[in-house]
Amino acid sequence: MSQENPTFSNQTNKQAEGRAFRPSATLRARQDQAAQRAFFIFSLLPVLLILFVTVALFFRSWPIISEYGLSDLLFGEVWKPNNGQFGFWPFILGTFWVTAVGVILAVPACLLASIYLAEYAHNRTRSIAKPVLDLLAAIPPVVYGVWGLVAIVPFVDDKLAPLSDRWLGSFSIFSVNQPTGFNVLSAGIVLAVMVAPLIISVMYEIFSTVPNDLRHASLAVGATQWQTIRNIILPQVAPGILAAVVLGASRALGETIAVLMVVGNIPQIPTSIFDSAYPLPALIANNYGEMMSIPLYDAALLSAALVLLVVILIFNILSIIVLQRMTRKK
Amino acid sequence: MSLLRKKHWQRRHLMETFMKFIMRVSLFIVAGALGLILWIVIVRGLPSLSWDMVTKIPEGGYYMGKVGGILNAIIGSAYLAGGGTLLAVLFSVPIALYLKTYLGDSKWGQYVRLSLDVLWGIPSIVYGAFGFALMITIGMRASLLAGIIILAFIELPIMTRAMDEVIRRMPVDLEHAALALGSTKFEVALRVVTRQMLPGITTAILLGFGRGIGDAASVLFTAGYTDRIPTSLMRPTASLPLAVFFQLGSPYPEVQQRGYAAALILTIIVLAVSLGSRWLSARLNKYTIK
Amino acid sequence: MDSHIQVKNLNVYYGKQQALKNINIEIPKNQITTIMGPSGCGKTTLLKTFNRFFELTEDTSLTGEVLVDGKNIYDKDVDVTEVRKVVGLLAQRPSPLPMSIYENIAYGMHIHKMKKDRSEYKAAVRHYLEIAGLWDEVQKRLHDPATSLSIGQQQRLCLARGLAVEPEIILGDEPTSALDPISSQNIESRLIELKQQYTTVIVTHTLRQAKRLADYVIYMYLGEVIEAGPAKEVFSNPKHERTRQYLEGQF
Repeated sequence: MSQENPTFSNQTNKQAEGRAFRPSATLRARQDQAAQRAFFIFSLLPVLLILFVTVALFFRSWPIISEYGLSDLLFGEVWKPNNGQFGFWPFILGTFWVTAVGVILAVPACLLASIYLAEYAHNRTRSIAKPVLDLLAAIPPVVYGVWGLVAIVPFVDDKLAPLSDRWLGSFSIFSVNQPTGFNVLSAGIVLAVMVAPLIISVMYEIFSTVPNDLRHASLAVGATQWQTIRNIILPQVAPGILAAVVLGASRALGETIAVLMVVGNIPQIPTSIFDSAYPLPALIANNYGEMMSIPLYDAALLSAALVLLVVILIFNILSIIVLQRMTRKK
Repeated sequence: MSLLRKKHWQRRHLMETFMKFIMRVSLFIVAGALGLILWIVIVRGLPSLSWDMVTKIPEGGYYMGKVGGILNAIIGSAYLAGGGTLLAVLFSVPIALYLKTYLGDSKWGQYVRLSLDVLWGIPSIVYGAFGFALMITIGMRASLLAGIIILAFIELPIMTRAMDEVIRRMPVDLEHAALALGSTKFEVALRVVTRQMLPGITTAILLGFGRGIGDAASVLFTAGYTDRIPTSLMRPTASLPLAVFFQLGSPYPEVQQRGYAAALILTIIVLAVSLGSRWLSARLNKYTIK
Repeated sequence: MDSHIQVKNLNVYYGKQQALKNINIEIPKNQITTIMGPSGCGKTTLLKTFNRFFELTEDTSLTGEVLVDGKNIYDKDVDVTEVRKVVGLLAQRPSPLPMSIYENIAYGMHIHKMKKDRSEYKAAVRHYLEIAGLWDEVQKRLHDPATSLSIGQQQRLCLARGLAVEPEIILGDEPTSALDPISSQNIESRLIELKQQYTTVIVTHTLRQAKRLADYVIYMYLGEVIEAGPAKEVFSNPKHERTRQYLEGQF
């Protein structure tokens, strides 16, 4: 076939696609290459965006970091912007308390619920649970905040606080030192519900990476389902479960509006779950208005955002790598 | 002699029953939370929901309990989330196509997916602060455009991953069949994958829109708040989540009531979008090959 | 005939589709029974009704009875884990649990709390590895992961694991189909050695294997049992036309 179509002739005859066997010369192949290059540039966007966000925040927080030093900022306990005192420590601990309470409340229930969905539930139950979780995930933070304000804060104030004061008051982390329900526990409860859909769906996916052969091997010797789960399945998926928890925690760390509405926003170091706190995201959101009026205030708030970002990036990258590994094995 | 004993209450069987019970309870608590939230929002929001709320902008003395509505926030949110979604589609569709057709499970593909997942995890307050940092650097003021751009960043990873998940499940045979006919990869992407991706795109758009319209922390910094309906991309704009947030912070009970009503409106929009995407993708799925 | 399993009027459905149609058979005690038939005829489904494994597939239903020693294993008061202790399974592909060789064998015994102390467990693990003909090969590396064994060794490990919970019946779902000829032969000879003590039911799609192993034969076609009887009679003189065609068609 090639005798009437010498390969060198296709340079003069570009429309004759298909006849030449040098793909680089055809119009379609060149279109394909151009598309590939364009696509590649698009795919740089997510990678560059992460870098860009980090660099921009760093650049804008540099004035205050260079003046005070990172450790004074992070571990300083006094927050008086008017006096030029910018200590993040109460806010960092506030973030930690709220996140810890949220995660501790969420994880047991999420683990059990995801085991149920993955190992026990009928398809019908699953097909109901999935949209319910999707809807829960779709509800905006501010609506969670409304719920927290209307339902959780009074509940914590009227019911849980007296109960805890009576029975657990001798443990300092359960003691009730202030008269409102705007506290770490309320924020933790709201956060627990907010991160539950994410944690459950990640855990569910992890459970479904376990091959059925393994379950059957255990059931075939007469193990109960729970014995199979505890002895065979949970050890298999433990790293993924941990990653799901870390992912949930990193989501909780950055939650702003809903927490802000129920946590009290008092810049103190909490010692009890019934104390108010003031997490970093709330600090940033509450003060954006005054940012430009006090020297270095904007740099201080943006460096708070940078601290938050760095911690969340570390948490996220670690857990996502573990999860990608586990799900790819399937 | 039979080894088949009757069901007996050994410890392991008690354990099985007990674990199953607390698992059901856990699932019920999580699902029940949804019911509780919806119930609270409806009970609180419905009484002060009125026609004025959704057809009028705030008039004189609105924030002290006088007449007016939050049309400014509804329209503002529609502009913000609509614009953000549109912008995000322009970038997420090519990235998703590239991931499927050219990258697959290659190293670079893994990095792109990793960075999308990482972006997904960055909280909106950080995006807001980032937007703010950019704006003070270039001397831009809070505006509809700035809000749209930041929302597009927030929605981009959600939408791309949603599309990616859908087209990943596309059978390899389909791609091979097209390649075997002599198509280039670009043609596969354009003619085969896009068709297969249609339900994914629809779901992704609604998912992104739902996330965008509910986001408060990022628009707080970038879009500002105003009582007027924006007439230009460079003007600040109100948004529903902030309308809820600001009105609840008011000392006037009437204004707080309207805050609850605004929360109800926002919830209805978000749930409608979420249910709508489920319904649409089920319909569109009929025309794809599994 | 002293029968160990009796199947009475058994019908099995996947959703609305009927997979087994009115099965009535008896499986003789301490012999090897093979279930044969073309693929898709319901052999494996029938086998899985004997240890209630078919329940693991959703949307299935069953009518009729499967009696083990005269007791219907589908009765409400029967403990399904007890059924699976009495009726062991050797799966199509070896499925070692993600633990060491030793723990794989000890797992079932632990679950059922069958031994008192470590030394008893150790002795039992050795005993069953010997029965499966694996002891010599693995005694020096009992604490290596089970997945480090070859496929053939893994299948013998699974056999030992199944025997360790002291079943009366062994089910084999094409237990050699994933193995090389030498490993297959090894498993087959174990099964023949063991038939004095265990009732064995093997699903197989190779006629030659059926001829080597079977004392009793069940031939199935499209969800029905066409013919069942002692191996000698069925192989030499099949009563049913379809059985004869199947037996001849294979050669």
